[in-house]
Amino acid sequence: MKRQHTLIVMVEDHPGVLNRVVSLLRRRSFNIDSITVGHSEQTGVSRMTIVVRGTDADIEQAGKQLYKLMEVLKVVDLTDQPVIAHEMMIVKVAAKAQQRQEVLLIAQMFNARVLDASPNTIMIEATGPVEQIESLLQMLRAFGIRELARTGAIAMSKGSGIITSKGLTGADQYAGSAAAD
Amino acid sequence: MCWGPQPLKSGSKSKEIKHRVNGLPAILGGRFTSRDNGTVAEKEQTMATTEATLPKLSNGLNGHIEEIAAVELTGAEIVCKALEAEGVDIVFGYPGGAVIPLYDALPRAGFHHVLTRFEQWAALAADGYARATGKVGVCMATSGPGATNLVTGLANAQLDSVPVVAITGQVVQPLIGKDAFQECDITGITLPVTKHNYLVTRIQDIAPTIKEAFYLAKSGRPGPVLVDIPKSLFVSRMIYKPGKLRDRRGYQPTTSPNMRQVKLAAEAMNKAEKPIFMAGHGILLSGAEESFAALVEKTGIPVAFTLLGQGSYPESQPLALGLMGMHGHREVNKALDEADLLVNIGARFDDRATGKVSGFAPNAKIVHVDIDPAEIGKNVETKVPVVGDAKEVLDLLVDLVDERRHDEWISWIESQRNFVLEAALEDRPETPEPYTIIKAIAEATRGKAIYATDVGQHQMWAAQHLGLDHPNNWLTSGGLGTMGYGLPAAVGAKIGCPDKEVWAICGDGGFQMSLNELATCVQEGIDVKIAVLNNGYLGMVRQWQDLFHGKNYSEVKINGPDFVKLAEAYGVTGIRVETDAELLPAIQRARETPGTVVVEFIIEPEANVWPIVPQGASNSEMLHQYEDK
Repeated sequence: MKRQHTLIVMVEDHPGVLNRVVSLLRRRSFNIDSITVGHSEQTGVSRMTIVVRGTDADIEQAGKQLYKLMEVLKVVDLTDQPVIAHEMMIVKVAAKAQQRQEVLLIAQMFNARVLDASPNTIMIEATGPVEQIESLLQMLRAFGIRELARTGAIAMSKGSGIITSKGLTGADQYAGSAAAD
Repeated sequence: MCWGPQPLKSGSKSKEIKHRVNGLPAILGGRFTSRDNGTVAEKEQTMATTEATLPKLSNGLNGHIEEIAAVELTGAEIVCKALEAEGVDIVFGYPGGAVIPLYDALPRAGFHHVLTRFEQWAALAADGYARATGKVGVCMATSGPGATNLVTGLANAQLDSVPVVAITGQVVQPLIGKDAFQECDITGITLPVTKHNYLVTRIQDIAPTIKEAFYLAKSGRPGPVLVDIPKSLFVSRMIYKPGKLRDRRGYQPTTSPNMRQVKLAAEAMNKAEKPIFMAGHGILLSGAEESFAALVEKTGIPVAFTLLGQGSYPESQPLALGLMGMHGHREVNKALDEADLLVNIGARFDDRATGKVSGFAPNAKIVHVDIDPAEIGKNVETKVPVVGDAKEVLDLLVDLVDERRHDEWISWIESQRNFVLEAALEDRPETPEPYTIIKAIAEATRGKAIYATDVGQHQMWAAQHLGLDHPNNWLTSGGLGTMGYGLPAAVGAKIGCPDKEVWAICGDGGFQMSLNELATCVQEGIDVKIAVLNNGYLGMVRQWQDLFHGKNYSEVKINGPDFVKLAEAYGVTGIRVETDAELLPAIQRARETPGTVVVEFIIEPEANVWPIVPQGASNSEMLHQYEDK
């Protein structure tokens, strides 16, 4: 059965790493729903959150293929774990004076913030679980979505367990190895 | 080879040293003074000589400061040094604009450069060299078209797990990304067809990168690695420091298997009544032929070979069954159907070996030994995966398995032979049948030559009938199926193993792709014997059109030159064989004639390779020319 999987991929922060990861997933016919990349808690290590669709066997294969990339340090499938997966959205909603109150009320219901307004539009920022963002968007569609930007999910497992690029002896030493040449 | 002086020791006074290498001036050393003296080292006025590249200074006593003033080299010279440090003695390549500075350094390098006639042949020659010698094959090319011409060869090495290192030139750094003359993003292009690749951006990275490239190419599951170096780095200078292996946390190949899995594999082998080995290329890559033979002989388990696994166990041995899969022998595919245990050592369950996966070894429990964890369960569901180096795994297994014989099972397999075909094979017709040519070459060379094939019908005839008894003398493009592979691979093998007899077995189609390598053979003064099986067709495609497309021969008729005259034009010997009677004398003459020889064998235009498993069918659904009742 195909379903959405959330993968955390810890990679060395080198030029071209994103290209390698995406190229590999494309080549092996995996469908990426979203991908986010940013720094992790360790210098020189980036954290990717990849939401990808496939059977459990497909995703296991994707993980093994990712491990074959030199820069990939750790791959974790968070799919069946208690996890917080949040994304951020900025949306520009059509709202003239008569709709403004209603839009604001919806924004409030979702703990969304108003970033900007114009006579015809309101710009709203929302952060939260992906389903919640979807619901908010659903509510706002009635007014007309003029512009939409979403980050895709970033995820972290609940509780005290941590995902790191296990095996690194220390961030400083790691960063030093590249500079030592 | 000599790059000039050994590291010099000098006194506390800074010195400027000039040196000549082969008559060419080379600035060495630069000027160094102790940091303790409070002076700053003067640097050469080059963009690349930075603080980091200066040699470490060590303090002596009483103001005597010893300096280890190393040699300053250009990036091009450093490439050569780094290759020498890896024990490289041969590189295959083709010069061009971006690598002119690199080629400037080659005459002083400690290895021999073989000029091929096309960059793709350089990559494939490096591939053939690597397969024949077990060493890393090296090829080099210029930027842009030179680099893109390597791509097919790299993809070939990638799919067949062959250790190859490619060095390409890139345009000067300020022009990268500006669509400069002969610029192309070769690291981007080769991303999916290399094990790893690099664009070097600093001169001090050249030596460590080349070091790592060789390590990656040959360790774990071998494969091609490309190192792209901008021209501006070739002409920069720095103090040469031998590259050291950097710790790569993201690359830790598993060579030692999990003992629990090994025990499960051994148990399965001890219990099985109808077991079969599937012998793959991994056995050869791991140098595990002897370990494998010991295991085969102790367990009494018969061996089916993948195309690239041939040579991993002597085919003349009673327990060796022969080729499996699309053009496998009937009894081998029947045995796979019937087996209750299949032990795959170092093969990746390629579709040409398995046929339709759901129909592959349907009654067998699958044990899969592979060094690449991603291969486990990729194509075929595995009951007992063992991740590790084939040799390590086999050496552990041999102590855990029972000594057994499987006489009944083997005589059943034997009974599944296609006796009608066997009888037909013994009948020699007037024109030499393709398999008789293969058998004659095998007999004349006593199976001891290196055989490089092209891709197509002749390749399958060779795989079926050469009777390969020795490791690493069977060079064939398995995964990628690269036409044109035969001659360049033979060139690579002959240059790597000059004392061995080397035969290229080609079709008239593939040979016409790479026949310009005849010039390389002449220039290098090497003896390659080339058998061209000429049927005037692109035979394998014609065969598929014959069998599966209602004989609709679309664009498969191919003419060619007069191969004998062609050979003579290149300055080598050409022989044409049209009748069976000429066959043996021609092979004899080819072997006795010094230098490269082209032997053209005119064969029946519409001869097919039998048996054949139609694409998408199970191995059990193979088609035969002559079927037993």
